[in-house]
Amino acid sequence: MTPLDLGHRASRRWGERLIALLLFGCGIISVLTTVGIVVVLVTESAGFFREIPIAEFLTGTRWSPMYSEQHFGILPLLNGTLLIAAGSMLIALPVGLTSAIYLSEYASPKVRAAIKPILEILAGIPTVVYGYFALTFITPLLRTAFPGTGIFNAASGAIVVGIMIIPMIASLSEDALNAVPLSLREAAYGLGATQFEVSTRVVVPAALSGIVASFILAISRAIGETMAVTLAAGATPKMTLNFLESIQTMTAYIVQVSLGETPHGTLEYRTIFAVGLVLFFITLAMNLLGQQFTRRFREVYE
Amino acid sequence: MSGERFRPARDRRRRVGAIFRMVCLVSIGFSMLVLAILLVDVARDGLHWLSWDFLARYPSRIPERAGIKSAILGSLWMMGLTAAISFPLGVGAAIYLEEYAPRNWLTRLLQTNIGNLAGVPSIVYGILGLAIFVRFFGFGRSLLAGAATLALLVLPVVIVASQEALKAVPSSLREASYGLGATKWQTIRHHVLPMALPGILTGMILSLSRAIGETAPLIMIGALTFIAFSPTSPMDPFTVLPIQIFNWTSKPQAEFHDLAAGAIIVLLVVLLVMNTGAILLRNKFQKRF
Repeated sequence: MTPLDLGHRASRRWGERLIALLLFGCGIISVLTTVGIVVVLVTESAGFFREIPIAEFLTGTRWSPMYSEQHFGILPLLNGTLLIAAGSMLIALPVGLTSAIYLSEYASPKVRAAIKPILEILAGIPTVVYGYFALTFITPLLRTAFPGTGIFNAASGAIVVGIMIIPMIASLSEDALNAVPLSLREAAYGLGATQFEVSTRVVVPAALSGIVASFILAISRAIGETMAVTLAAGATPKMTLNFLESIQTMTAYIVQVSLGETPHGTLEYRTIFAVGLVLFFITLAMNLLGQQFTRRFREVYE
Repeated sequence: MSGERFRPARDRRRRVGAIFRMVCLVSIGFSMLVLAILLVDVARDGLHWLSWDFLARYPSRIPERAGIKSAILGSLWMMGLTAAISFPLGVGAAIYLEEYAPRNWLTRLLQTNIGNLAGVPSIVYGILGLAIFVRFFGFGRSLLAGAATLALLVLPVVIVASQEALKAVPSSLREASYGLGATKWQTIRHHVLPMALPGILTGMILSLSRAIGETAPLIMIGALTFIAFSPTSPMDPFTVLPIQIFNWTSKPQAEFHDLAAGAIIVLLVVLLVMNTGAILLRNKFQKRF
């Protein structure tokens, strides 16, 4: 038998402390990432805002940093982004929510087990593939249905982004619906309600904050979506509500500049940080709001 | 109470219910239909390009001679490096949060922050990677800069999945180990981690399958679209499959679109293999405790 190695306790303790410190270091990386994002966006944008007043940036209705007559108003890019977000939600909200209701309230366990992996596959397809799909399938379809539609148009981008976020809304909303206690459903059935009435007047209202959270997170995702809208929606920043025209989103603009030859350090180049800052703050605000709703929902049922 | 005023209208209510049920079913069907159309569309355009030559050739301006060798090699390098960076950091952070962290404001901040990072658009990570890894650290437009960026991008997923796996290890196991005189780290290293490893690996594979499809952040850090050589070190310039797909899709000629479809098939097959592996791993070890 080997004797107990008690003499090394002190060194073991040092080792333990070192390891705890190392692990803490790993944990702090995520905070450093957030700090890094904010610092990079703010410092690089500061150079931009020294030359372009913030008011002009936020209220200008023309965006043309690459033309000889430069304008730096972000509203056209914001317009494009919101057009895509609104259009995609028009598809993803109803389809996602009714899918969630079906999965949670109607489908048998077997059907659910078959459908959920398919939704996971849809959620796992890379966005550039959706971009390809939009450009080579949806756009030609739209151009047949509405002659005069441009090769690049907001509708195609919005449709494909909508398809992309259906699984997200379906799965988050389904979680919310599943968390509603069975007793609520049983009480409603006991009062003579049909399955439809139980689903839409008891379960959905009871899960509402969770459902709203899924909508908000999905909008945030649509706003940050990049590749599909870069490929399908075009590169024409403009103020329009016409889905059949070419537009440009904030994300697509950032890609356009980084693909181009714009030299580092110029005012034109710094625009991507200013646009990135706006994008970051919008999505951050929506995510925080979404988390707020999720938390409220959890407080009620968990 | 008069019997006349109570009208259950059961038939009408049932009919409305049946219609609603149909609407829900159509919604679910819509997603499946779209998936089917997407797969058929890609297969129809791209299948006839698939050949060993397509996999073994470098990109070319002539569609008939173009291939995806550099993109495949780039993606493999990218996966390996991303895993090598994000695995230790992510698992380390998860161990800290689950096993070491005191319940205080700092831990809450860490946890909230991880949740928020998961919602940051990937292109913003690209901007971060461009400023920090490409310029500040001087990695240049290299594989290493891309992998470091993607590692930060998938870190929240790795951390949360690893946390779940660690949580699933029963505390009786830890107590038994402490009872025998093991230190905290010995307990984690020899008992908790091995038990949690399948769950951690599943999360790791799923996060890598997200990383392999990412395009926007790599465009930001300056991945090139035309690479006619094989990368040999982490400091080499690179392209990856999604960027090759983006590049071909954004060309106006239909031949290049078909090439893109061919590359998409390869990418989807790789994703399918990775996800199947993750699911098998999960099913194999799911019922251990």
